[in-house]
Amino acid sequence: MSAPALPSPFRTCVFTGRRIHKDAEALVKANAVVAVVALLIGAIAALLLVLTRWQAVHLLPADWYYRILGVHGMNMLIFFIIYFEMAVLWFASTALLNARPAAPRLGWVSFGLMSVGALIVEWMQWSGKADVLFTSYPPLKAHPLFYLGIILFAVGALIMVGQFFATLVIAKREKTYEGSLPLVVYGAVTAAIIAVITLLHGAMIYIPTFLWSIGVIESVDPQIYRMIWWGLGHSSQQINVAAMVAVWYMLAALTVGGVVLNEKVSRSAFVLYVLFISMASAHHLLVDPGFGPAWKIVNTSYFMYMAVLASMIHGFTVPAGMELGMRLRGYTQGLFGWLRRAPWGDPGFSGMVFSVVVFGFVGGITGVTIGTEQINIIAHNTMRIPGHFHATVVSGTAMAFMAATYYLIPLVFRRKVAFWAAARWQPYLFALGMLLLSMGMTFAGSFGVPRRHWDISFSQAPFSVQFDPAVDLVLAVMGIGGIMAVTGALIFIAIAVKSVFFGEPLGEVVRGVAVAGIPQGLTHPPVHAANVDEINERLHRESSRWTGPTPGTMALVAVFLVAFVVYYFTNWKLLSVLWKVG
Amino acid sequence: MLTKVHTGLDAVPGVWWKPAHRAEKMWVAIAFAWCMVLFAMMPLWHWRGGQNPSGIRRKVEPRAFYARTVEFTKQYQVGEDRGFPIVQPPAGSDVYLTALTYQWYPILQLVQGEKYRLHISALDVNHGFSLYPLNVNFQIIPGYDYALEVTPTASGDFRIICNEFCGIGHHTMVGRVIVLDQRGERVSDNSNARLTNAPGGTTGAQP
Ligand code: HEM
Ligand SMILES: [Cu+2]
Repeated sequence: MSAPALPSPFRTCVFTGRRIHKDAEALVKANAVVAVVALLIGAIAALLLVLTRWQAVHLLPADWYYRILGVHGMNMLIFFIIYFEMAVLWFASTALLNARPAAPRLGWVSFGLMSVGALIVEWMQWSGKADVLFTSYPPLKAHPLFYLGIILFAVGALIMVGQFFATLVIAKREKTYEGSLPLVVYGAVTAAIIAVITLLHGAMIYIPTFLWSIGVIESVDPQIYRMIWWGLGHSSQQINVAAMVAVWYMLAALTVGGVVLNEKVSRSAFVLYVLFISMASAHHLLVDPGFGPAWKIVNTSYFMYMAVLASMIHGFTVPAGMELGMRLRGYTQGLFGWLRRAPWGDPGFSGMVFSVVVFGFVGGITGVTIGTEQINIIAHNTMRIPGHFHATVVSGTAMAFMAATYYLIPLVFRRKVAFWAAARWQPYLFALGMLLLSMGMTFAGSFGVPRRHWDISFSQAPFSVQFDPAVDLVLAVMGIGGIMAVTGALIFIAIAVKSVFFGEPLGEVVRGVAVAGIPQGLTHPPVHAANVDEINERLHRESSRWTGPTPGTMALVAVFLVAFVVYYFTNWKLLSVLWKVG
Repeated sequence: MLTKVHTGLDAVPGVWWKPAHRAEKMWVAIAFAWCMVLFAMMPLWHWRGGQNPSGIRRKVEPRAFYARTVEFTKQYQVGEDRGFPIVQPPAGSDVYLTALTYQWYPILQLVQGEKYRLHISALDVNHGFSLYPLNVNFQIIPGYDYALEVTPTASGDFRIICNEFCGIGHHTMVGRVIVLDQRGERVSDNSNARLTNAPGGTTGAQP
């Protein structure tokens, strides 16, 4: 391929001095913008759902509740998240490596495929031709175009992931960086590998299902479907986790100068995500009739909880890296001086911290617990399930992506962040709302309130069901939290749209001078002193053998472990009083 | 020997395979040990615990399963409630329950402390078996017979809520299970099942 005739396809970043390729940047922008559009549709749907599941309000009629439920799942979990991940992949492989993108024109082709697919799916769902929710378990059948739209979207995404790998090869060959890949890019690589496995599962299941919908194949076995579909559905959550952790490391570096404690440990943890990934589907099949206990136990635990181990490692190394980064910059007072002195007014920082905390304490602990073979009996298909994953993929991944956006707007779009005052507290509103929503859902589920259910007053059922009065209360908590979270999401969307399309250009940026609309990590970059290695040696030498140079984080993970143990065994206790089943 | 201080955004020159600090190693070791506990609990519960989703699982033709349920219903019917037959099978026997849009067929009447082999399957699409108010949940899939050994340890008037989306009438799909106490009597106060006696409720209905 001949080089373009333009003077240079690269520009130099005013903040970091990195080379940024303009074609790659355009792809980052396109994917990020569509992601935000999907988020908007999903958020409006979310509001309608919350106001329906809050039984005291019960807004939508039955058919629209189920339809909007499908729309919400699709737009949020698939379109918003995957488009954003594509933006992250383009950003990590080009901007972070000073590299040019492989075949940008093919990039636009794959972007087009994804978008056509997404539009078809929207059309089918909104017109009521695909009232099968986003899981589309057969024998429920949707219009063939629904499956075709998903296939187009997945093929487009797969090609784009291929270009990510091609870009890495080019960067390596053209020696745009020295030594090993930065940890953040390494994390993005693991996300991309998982994405390939995931999308292949998608092809394996959606192609036969499409053929079934047009009558070429007689039937699709509903149990096999569930197994392979969740190979897509849950593995894709592992993409989200890997991408989210990579974003954590990135924001830790940008906001507080977070360091990598030990590359070996962090990278091994990423490898653990990849190794056991295709076992993920078992979580969803623990109380299914198609599989025996041995299969369920080995698979649900990702071969002895090795992915959980990986998350527990990152859950330590990310905050510890921040703590050490702060201590190296002189914030050494006491156990938590580094936390108190952290830039809590920087939405990139606060959002990332909430992401780590809620993902770990709420999402992680509930997930491992309800993903236990027997405990799943008291959780399967109850509101505990959406309670869990709104704490992982929303409070964790979506929150991290929002926090990253506050940095991407100046770094990639070269605009100031609009509505800066609102941006500073947006993470607080969204995180608190999501926390209330997750807890409300989780407790409602513990009383047996089903997920995906229009009417828990059972007014049209042959037999009455009367929930514990406490259910009204926890559903109100869910409702209020949901309204707060949707407000937070809408504020985020307003900020993103205004900044990107009508935003004020950056102008002159002077180090050390705060500017409204530019996060603190960029105006006051958390650089380390020239003799930082010496300080590091000293901190290590003077620290206790047991807590190491990051005693604050040690205390925090100890609290985490206690919460985990208590919640886990409480659930065994609740299970043990039920009927005998075996 | 420590690595040069760097962030996750920096490419790492040279060898990064260096020993971790003792404290970091300790956390990895604790996390690993906890993962082993998490893993061990599951086989342990199969061995010593009373609630497992094992069952006897086999494939079945959905219509054949439904026919078997109807036959079983005729054999042991003892009453009727709102058009649904109430069926009281002998203790220790095979019990059949079919999920179909939008009902659980038939109403089962069991006796506290007795063991049954409960076969559940679906005639048409996926359904979710959720025993209320105990909150015991199983996925019910057409073409698969899930035969669970159950021993009701509490008496009372229970419901089966469908908790897998099965179509537009999904939320009307509620079934009923009655558990008599050890003397074979209906429990009137129903406190065991923690169900309140709602207006229009069926707690008092006699077979
Ligand atoms: C903006 C705030 C949000 C609120 C208030 C919200 C609320 C809800 C509610 C009320 C439900 C219905 C639960 C049920 O009736 O079974 C739901 C389902 C769901 N949500 Fe969200 N949500 C939000 C954001 C998100 C995001 C960002 C994602 C993904 C990234 C997401 C993924 C899902 C999924 C996958 C479902 C399940 C759909 C199904 O059962 O078919 N949500 N959400
Ligand atoms: Cu149903």
